[in-house]
Amino acid sequence: MMHFLLLFSRQGKLRLQKWFLPLPERERKKIVKDMTTMVLARKPRTCNFMHWKDLKIVYKRYASLYFCCGLENQDNELLALEILHRYVELLDKYFGNVCELDIIFNFEKAYFILDEFLMGGEIQETSKQSIAKSVEASDMLQEVRH
Amino acid sequence: MMEEEKLMKQELSAMKEQVSSPNTSMKQMREVMVRAMYCEMLGYDASFTYIHAIKLAQQGSVLEKRVGYLAVSLFLSEGHELLLLLVNTVLKDLQSTNLIEACMALTVVAQVFPKDMIPAVLPLVEDKLSHPKEIIRRKAVLALYKFYLIAPNQVQHIHAKFRKALCDKDPGVMTSSLHIYLQLIRESPEGYKDLTGSFVAIMKQVVGGKLPMDFYYHNVPAPWLQIQLLRILSLLGREDQSTSELMYEVLDESLRRAEMNHNITYAILYECVKAIYTIHPKAELLEKAARCIGNFVLSPKINLKYLGLKALTYVVQHDAKLALQHQMTIIECLDHSDFTIKRETLELLFRITNAQNVTVIVEKMLDFLRGCKDEHTIIHLTMNDVFSIGGDSLQQDVPNNFLRLLAEGSECKEEDDELRLIAVDSYLTVLKGDASHLPQHFLQVMSWVLGEYSHLQECVDQREVIRLLTKLLDERSVSSETRVWILSALTKIPEGQTDLIQELAESLSSSQDTVLRQQAQELRHLSRDSQLQECVLPRGAPWDSMEVDSSLSFLDGFVSEALAAGAAPYKPPHQRQEELSEERALNLEPYSFSLPVSLSSCSITDRQSPTLLSVSSGVSGNSTELSQKEGSSTLILEGVKRVWGKDGYLPQKETAATAPPVDEPGIAVNPSGQQEAAERIEPQPEPSTRNQDKQQLASSLFVGLGTQSSISLLGKSEAPPPRFRKKPRPHESSSSSSSGTSERSSDSSSRSPHSKTDSFLYGSLLEEEPVTCTSTTTNGLSQNKHAEGERRANTSQILGSDMVIVRPNTIQDRHPPSVSSDLTALLPSEIKDLPHSDVISLTSDPSLSLASCRMFRDEALLLVIFICNCTETVIKDVAVQLTCEELETASLRGNVVDCLEGKSTSVCHYALLMDEPHTNVSFTGTVSYQTQPGHTNTLPFSGTLSTTDFIRPLVITTEEYGKLWLSLSHDVKQNLKLLTDAGGDPLKTTLNALKDALQLHVVDIIGSEGIVACRLLSGAPCLLHCRVNGSALAVWLRSPHPSFPDCIMYHCQRALAEL
Repeated sequence: MMHFLLLFSRQGKLRLQKWFLPLPERERKKIVKDMTTMVLARKPRTCNFMHWKDLKIVYKRYASLYFCCGLENQDNELLALEILHRYVELLDKYFGNVCELDIIFNFEKAYFILDEFLMGGEIQETSKQSIAKSVEASDMLQEVRH
Repeated sequence: MMEEEKLMKQELSAMKEQVSSPNTSMKQMREVMVRAMYCEMLGYDASFTYIHAIKLAQQGSVLEKRVGYLAVSLFLSEGHELLLLLVNTVLKDLQSTNLIEACMALTVVAQVFPKDMIPAVLPLVEDKLSHPKEIIRRKAVLALYKFYLIAPNQVQHIHAKFRKALCDKDPGVMTSSLHIYLQLIRESPEGYKDLTGSFVAIMKQVVGGKLPMDFYYHNVPAPWLQIQLLRILSLLGREDQSTSELMYEVLDESLRRAEMNHNITYAILYECVKAIYTIHPKAELLEKAARCIGNFVLSPKINLKYLGLKALTYVVQHDAKLALQHQMTIIECLDHSDFTIKRETLELLFRITNAQNVTVIVEKMLDFLRGCKDEHTIIHLTMNDVFSIGGDSLQQDVPNNFLRLLAEGSECKEEDDELRLIAVDSYLTVLKGDASHLPQHFLQVMSWVLGEYSHLQECVDQREVIRLLTKLLDERSVSSETRVWILSALTKIPEGQTDLIQELAESLSSSQDTVLRQQAQELRHLSRDSQLQECVLPRGAPWDSMEVDSSLSFLDGFVSEALAAGAAPYKPPHQRQEELSEERALNLEPYSFSLPVSLSSCSITDRQSPTLLSVSSGVSGNSTELSQKEGSSTLILEGVKRVWGKDGYLPQKETAATAPPVDEPGIAVNPSGQQEAAERIEPQPEPSTRNQDKQQLASSLFVGLGTQSSISLLGKSEAPPPRFRKKPRPHESSSSSSSGTSERSSDSSSRSPHSKTDSFLYGSLLEEEPVTCTSTTTNGLSQNKHAEGERRANTSQILGSDMVIVRPNTIQDRHPPSVSSDLTALLPSEIKDLPHSDVISLTSDPSLSLASCRMFRDEALLLVIFICNCTETVIKDVAVQLTCEELETASLRGNVVDCLEGKSTSVCHYALLMDEPHTNVSFTGTVSYQTQPGHTNTLPFSGTLSTTDFIRPLVITTEEYGKLWLSLSHDVKQNLKLLTDAGGDPLKTTLNALKDALQLHVVDIIGSEGIVACRLLSGAPCLLHCRVNGSALAVWLRSPHPSFPDCIMYHCQRALAEL
């Protein structure tokens, strides 16, 4: 089960955070700080995995954004990489050629997509079509009202 | 930064005003909430909006509600008191007929509801399990899964409903329910054995492609579901033969179905291998799984290598011999520049620790520990295990080094103390158990640490520590040396416990052991006089300020008095020994006799004992001991020798002693960067030495895992495993540590030319990610057809193009095993006349042997693979599959052969194209074949190609060169070595050497300047402008491609270094 998912920029600015387990504010801040420093310090040609306390950290860089998640010990790192990748694909499908600014200016949308994709730290739906459909359904509803 | 803070303050106060104004509409409130979320994310407090988030969720329309819920789930973590205000809203929405509202409510329930609020919503969530819409059922199941994790007791009554979810007609709902089942089965596998059949049936359907397309991820059927099932099956089949038998078939199937083309299939394979090794073993499956691990470990992709190491770590617990097949890879990984890989390798080594290799492994771990401070806990625990397993076979300096590490620590005091605390805690736990079986060295380490650092842990009662240590003293199994350690630890435990200490000192003062008796006396005196204690053993004194009077000058008075009184003068032990042997006339002692470390009480009671131990024993005149202790870099070699000697490989001992040069310590000791640099600049005079070093390290690491291996490694000239031999040296260097030069082109490790996209913020995120693996070659029919077409196109080109004669490049020359060139006669006529490299052997097994040859065509590199049938019988269905991440590969011909006659050879060849320059690329592949019908074997192979294989001369005139030069953007300038010693014009000599090595075209030489041009196959050109600058050659490279000049530079340096 995934414990958290963070998106941050190359400058270490947090762009999105999702916590699947309750953690006190202080602890969260520490994790964000540790993750940004650790991930940004990684040299090229290293693998996408790290250890942090008893968690496995899996991260991947997409253009200027780092996607980083914390997993439990029995979780599969490659699978987590694919989760990150599918999330990027979903964002891309929704925004059309997604870039960091899309996420900055529409980060609530990024959260909505994430909520359709993951729930309680586990995959809820993997189909791009289905997720797009349910996100769009809520969006459409808004359009009609206004 | 300041600017940002000011802006944020303004923003927050504006928001504060807005939320408190009664005129703010819901829509405006929604916008405020979005901004508040953003502020919080940046770390600014916007808690005044929390209550409004709840209001928004309560009162807003769906649109506002959605933002309200999101804000709530981001702001209020479980247990926040404001959450209570949300319960009614959630209840209302759960009952809403609006699908979206119900979805939102379920999401927020799963995200933030704490234990005590679950009962309020549980019945409604439960009802949702039979909702007509599958999305609601899925969310409900996942919410229940979350409840189960938080409060398992509260959902106990709905287990029957979980079964219903498992049988749901929607595969998504079923998948969701597996999360719960995995947990349940993990807790008590016994209760769910009856479900094995169902899980196997589901797995079969998934693997068999029975799911709707919606569940496919990059053409792989429901990978998440597959992995979940594999985990469940492995839990069910563990130590249960009859249950395991149910799943053999489907495991085999899924191993076979997962074709190697995508990360996700590797993820499945990894879980599959783990499952096969977890359940009751079946030889055939184990064999397949082991081969599969080989694919991981040998993969050039670092992520897969990592997983391969993990898989190995897992399986060596069942079969330690598996590590042997991959020992050279493991050695390479041990020295990897990536910390994560290194750590995983150590983890693996730790699993194969045995009495014979423990010293070497512990040394490696200590090296690692020195390199990093942040991961100490895990390593520390590992050290504990190592000590307790192999303790007594360790040399004295291993625990000493460990203690020194603890004591000296790093720059950061906090971290050091944390590490020490961990040590104290874990040792106390160990001592509370039965300590009698523990190795002496471990006991010594423990008592030293406790004496030194137990005061750091405030919650530990010092009396308890004393009691534990005293108990240890009474153990029969504890040696007297250890007792000394324990007593000195007791001396160091702070005052205040005088009664206990006095009692102990009393009881020991009648001990038979003089050293103990003396220490007991000291103990008694010290405990009576706290001032004296403070002076003798100052707490927390810095290490280096401690001065040791090693000449014992303070005793001079005493000595002279004694001498005056007629005492015999002191003779150092070796002198005494000499005299003794002279008397005996025959020296019966072994040559390297070293005194057993007899610890004088003076050195041991000292606070610094671990550091000083070596000093004091050195001072006592034993010179061998002293030299052993100096410089930790030589320790490994020492370990190697020792193991060899102990194993009785005495004939080899001599070579071992000469071969590992002390000034060129084995790969593992050197910081990889340096080593790499040294290797690049200087020609390796004796490549075999380094190889031998590695093999030595391997033999010392893997000793005791299987006799066969150590023999093959030691007698390596006879029959080394082909895998090790075929690896060309450049490949070794490129994988053992990512080189400095490759750093420039190394962003391409993720196959992403960052430089392109980074400059624009608007660059698409996805642009960089190879979504589908276009470069892989499948051996499907369509591919063959395509290849046929391409071949025709290619042949015509070949006839038309004027060829340049290309020499086999330098990498080739260094391939040691060159297969007889008879094979080249087998080349197809249309490519026969192309310039080509030597034929080298790739790999072999009893049935097949593979060799390869590179042919340099103008617009592509042809990789020819010779498949020789070594047997007398026919081999059927031979299929070659070649993969190379960085290259575009196309099979031109012959990668599938239906029938290969005995003793015959089939030739297949591939066209390889390089679009992005890489300094070196590796390819991997497999050959599958059938010796008997229905029994498919696979033989993996791999190899390395250099950029120089893909460089072709660019024939242009000086004018064209000038025009092109101005149009190119990417610049690199660097100095190269000028070849001066050959006589003649140094510039000409150097350029010609480069031309020959790299296949460049020298356009013109004017005075002290020369211009040279080349291109990457038929793609990007690279122009070199060379000028003699003193004794160096100043080279200025330009190319339209950012990393191409770096690549060329790298190979130029190599080429010149090799001359």
